[in-house]
Amino acid sequence: MIETLIFLIFAALALASALVVVLHRNPIYSTMSLVVTLISLAVLFVLLGAPFIAALQVLIYTGAIVVLFLFVVMLLNVGREEIGEQRGLVQKGAAVVGAAAFLVIVGLTYLEGYGGAEMAPLDEEFVSLPGLAAELFGRYLLTFELVGLLLLVAVIAATVLAARPRPAVPAEGGALAEAAAVEPATEADERGAGVVTERPDGEDRLVASGGSAGGAG
Amino acid sequence: MLFELGATAAKLGIFLVILLGLFAPVMVWVERRGSALIQDRPGPNRLGPLGILQPAADALKFFFKEDVTPALADRPLYLAAPVLGVLPALTTFVFIPFGPTVEIDGRAVPLVVSDASAGVLLFLAIASLGVYSLILAGYASNNKYSLLGGLRASAQLISYELAMMLAVVAVLIPVGSFRLTEVVAYQQELWTPAGMWNAVPQVVGFFIFMVAAFAETNRLPFDLPEAESELVAGFHTEYSAMRFAAFFMSEYIAMTTLSALAATLFLGGWSLFGLPEWAAAALAGLVGPYWLWMGLLGLFVLFFKVALFMALFVWVRWTFPRFRYDQLMRLGWKVLLPLALANVIGVAAATLAGWL
Repeated sequence: MIETLIFLIFAALALASALVVVLHRNPIYSTMSLVVTLISLAVLFVLLGAPFIAALQVLIYTGAIVVLFLFVVMLLNVGREEIGEQRGLVQKGAAVVGAAAFLVIVGLTYLEGYGGAEMAPLDEEFVSLPGLAAELFGRYLLTFELVGLLLLVAVIAATVLAARPRPAVPAEGGALAEAAAVEPATEADERGAGVVTERPDGEDRLVASGGSAGGAG
Repeated sequence: MLFELGATAAKLGIFLVILLGLFAPVMVWVERRGSALIQDRPGPNRLGPLGILQPAADALKFFFKEDVTPALADRPLYLAAPVLGVLPALTTFVFIPFGPTVEIDGRAVPLVVSDASAGVLLFLAIASLGVYSLILAGYASNNKYSLLGGLRASAQLISYELAMMLAVVAVLIPVGSFRLTEVVAYQQELWTPAGMWNAVPQVVGFFIFMVAAFAETNRLPFDLPEAESELVAGFHTEYSAMRFAAFFMSEYIAMTTLSALAATLFLGGWSLFGLPEWAAAALAGLVGPYWLWMGLLGLFVLFFKVALFMALFVWVRWTFPRFRYDQLMRLGWKVLLPLALANVIGVAAATLAGWL
């Protein structure tokens, strides 16, 4: 009884906030609605008896990824109206195709897996941490490792893009870690610190230019 | 059913009273007097003995100050931000155990509000939501210093969360469970018959966790989101009156909850080498039921350890200068993160070898 009530509340909340994500004109509000959607989904996971998945959902998506979304949105300073006016036919067409593809995939999965039979509830064994770990590092090991590889490639690509040598003063905390790694060679040279190497990394510069606090801007 | 509900409500109430009624105001006093002590000046000493009533005066002042909202602020988000800071900090306390499972009228009652199987993860997950308060405050204030503070907060908190979680992972490997109750139980049996604190075998993880905790709570030397010499007051520049006080409180509550997590993970939580159980049994022989004494002593030991951490927070704040932003990022990503990864591998190897 109580569980049904909680399910109804949070299912409605998830749907409504997901709509706001798509429809709201201000990207900050869209992002915050995404937070509500993800937390509502986490509650649904708890109702399904999978608190571990719920914790991961909040920890990774709400606690980290959406924060980065906000970070980027605020950094780019997207105006309130900008997004709304760029929606053209292409975007609408892509949205329809994407939604159709999603429906097909869900439908096929349902037919393939259950073929009209009653859906079996998740059992305790499967959603528990050992059960999940056994599946992840046993049956799905290859997929798991491939995803890891994919993420590694993305990290390396981002690092290469962000860390190419630039003459300009580094933006303060602009890109998370990468900005800190790039130091202007010119500044250290101007101070007559001949000890430093061609493109000194942070530690060298600290020693060479003493207490100069100008680096971070 | 009714019994369980009542027990849970009682446990929740205890934590709320301790957090809001005891720790937040006392910390204000400790911070002000502690800073005065370190800077060799008297500090607030007029109101009550040793100025102990100063927090009440501060609170009263906050209530009567004018509450200003900037004209071009994003009003809904501006008003929501302080609340979003207090809520996660208060909620996470439900996962901290303050005693063993005791019997009340023949019913087993665990002395923890929620012993969820994903306990530590849920703690960290809810704690990580606190960052939205800072970002939204920074954005909604429509002030460039606030925005910079919010941006710094988001980058800093995410960076140090990684190192902190890896330090927690290293603790959990030999325990084999996410339940904080089992982390405490593990430390009660480690190495000696009376147990051993995780801080001894996990000294590297303890260090990483504490450094990350300073960054996560925006305390000096990592208070870059509000660095007053650069950003006026960072993300809360525009806030005044009780809304400002809400940020103030959520910082202290977040410090308290993180200290409690640190005490539980690394210093044995409510346990103290079997002493609380022994004392509770001895006292119960004289007067009162065992579970009451056990709960009180568990709370006392836990919050004594928390108080030690809080003193450390104050001490460090008034002793160290602030990091520069690139130094902060470098420390997080190039020092703490690799160190934490190595720590995880080392602890995993030690666990396999049977040392832990």
